[in-house]
Amino acid sequence: MKRYSAFSLLRNALSHNRNWRPAWRNPEPKKSYDAIVVGGGGHGLATAYYLAKEHGISNVAVLEKGWIGGGNTGRNTTIVRSNYLWTEAALLYEKSMKLWEGLSQDLNYNVMFSQRGVYNLGHSPQDMRDIERRVNANRLNGIDAEVISVAELGKAIPYLNVSSSARYPVLGASLQRRGGVARHDAVAWGFARAADALGVDIIEQCEVTGMEIRGGKVTGVRTTRGPIASDRIGVVVAGHAGVLAKMAGLRLPIESHPLQAFVSEPIKPVLDTVVMSGAVHGYVSQSDKGELVIGSGIDAYNGYGQRGSFPVIEHAMQAIIELFPIFSRVRMLRLWGGIVDVAPDACPIVSKTPVEGLYFNCGWGTGGFKATPGSGWVFAHTMAHGEAHELNAPFSLERFSSGALVYEHGAAAVAH
Amino acid sequence: MLLITCPWCGPRAETEFSYGGEADIARPLDPDALSDAEWADYLFYRGNPRGPHREKWNHVHGCRRWFGVERDTVSYRIARSFMLSAGGPGADADAGPESGGDANTEQED
Repeated sequence: MKRYSAFSLLRNALSHNRNWRPAWRNPEPKKSYDAIVVGGGGHGLATAYYLAKEHGISNVAVLEKGWIGGGNTGRNTTIVRSNYLWTEAALLYEKSMKLWEGLSQDLNYNVMFSQRGVYNLGHSPQDMRDIERRVNANRLNGIDAEVISVAELGKAIPYLNVSSSARYPVLGASLQRRGGVARHDAVAWGFARAADALGVDIIEQCEVTGMEIRGGKVTGVRTTRGPIASDRIGVVVAGHAGVLAKMAGLRLPIESHPLQAFVSEPIKPVLDTVVMSGAVHGYVSQSDKGELVIGSGIDAYNGYGQRGSFPVIEHAMQAIIELFPIFSRVRMLRLWGGIVDVAPDACPIVSKTPVEGLYFNCGWGTGGFKATPGSGWVFAHTMAHGEAHELNAPFSLERFSSGALVYEHGAAAVAH
Repeated sequence: MLLITCPWCGPRAETEFSYGGEADIARPLDPDALSDAEWADYLFYRGNPRGPHREKWNHVHGCRRWFGVERDTVSYRIARSFMLSAGGPGADADAGPESGGDANTEQED
């Protein structure tokens, strides 16, 4: 891998930018690998990267049915935060946050991680009590958090409607200053390039069509580019986790839903932070290009179509205009849907399965992007050692029969 | 927007309904006899199919009755609505239509 630097920019500029190399190879799949990661999104690429970097397992293939970053990695609102209520979840997302803070240097790729702060608004006295509780819980776990009064909010975010005559008046907020946004495509590309440099084969246009399982052990996968053998397979395919589980004869406590997001036409800088509201249920930030990036809730019904329904779009827009009346005449440029895999307790499943050598990383639901590096880090550990790291031990499949759920529905600062 | 046919009220817009998840999940008759894994399967594990899906809907802003819909989870096309038959699969005591719904009557939309 040729390192990117100011010097490489200059050198390539002097040669009229004709000598840039592809960021990763396009290899033919080998007959077998020490480990296979199914799914070439951010989480899968991060898993492969940390397998090679932290655990010395570099004979790894990442199998992607489409192209790198074409799924949910490119279909989210790019928000990064770690202000979860419960200790198990908070520690996992905070691990991810710490990795984010050094990620551009680590990958030698600018993921444009911008710690511009994340505000979670409260609209009722109960919201504010919940916010105070969550902020205290965050601080006890070493996560930065503060309670912001409505007067401070009005100063920090001038166009936010903090009028007491609003239909759902804003009463205050929590603020995580270390939260922010990152460039989602760059995250996928950066992990792909860094994993490739460590010897990982990234194989695009390669769909897994079946699992080889003998005597309760996984021995390989069947793909559209032929069979590939490995006795260690990690599946990180978000919305399609259930489809892959079925190939292995497993069921999952997961349901897939469409989640939509939107960007507006580019406008002048108007919002320099991230604003989320669980009560009116919308969230918005402004990209470096000037587009408002807007998200809302899932479509309630199960769906694998990468699109959602109009009532949800209308609801998202109502929420944003409730918060920012100034946006009422901004036109939306694009909308898209991703397929999110929602677990009953809105927490991920990063776990061994009843099939030996087969691991699943799914259930990130509506908030997987922020977890990208941490998810890969703990999943790589789990695949390398055959046992969960202490950070993801609470997120096993066993929790659904033991009853030790980590209930983050609504507790994680937003409604899910 | 989905156009959903309520067996009692006819075709109505999606916004009149609320979603009740997978149909045909029968409540265990003897919960004490279940293992933890079986109980977890009843509570949390779902088929989550990619393709035809039998699911429950409630006409919450209309007649407030439950019924079933067979819908494709990729194309979102609705094949038909049906009654959650009394005493049959999916007829949870609190989720099925009130008694009087014809058992096993399936209604094409």
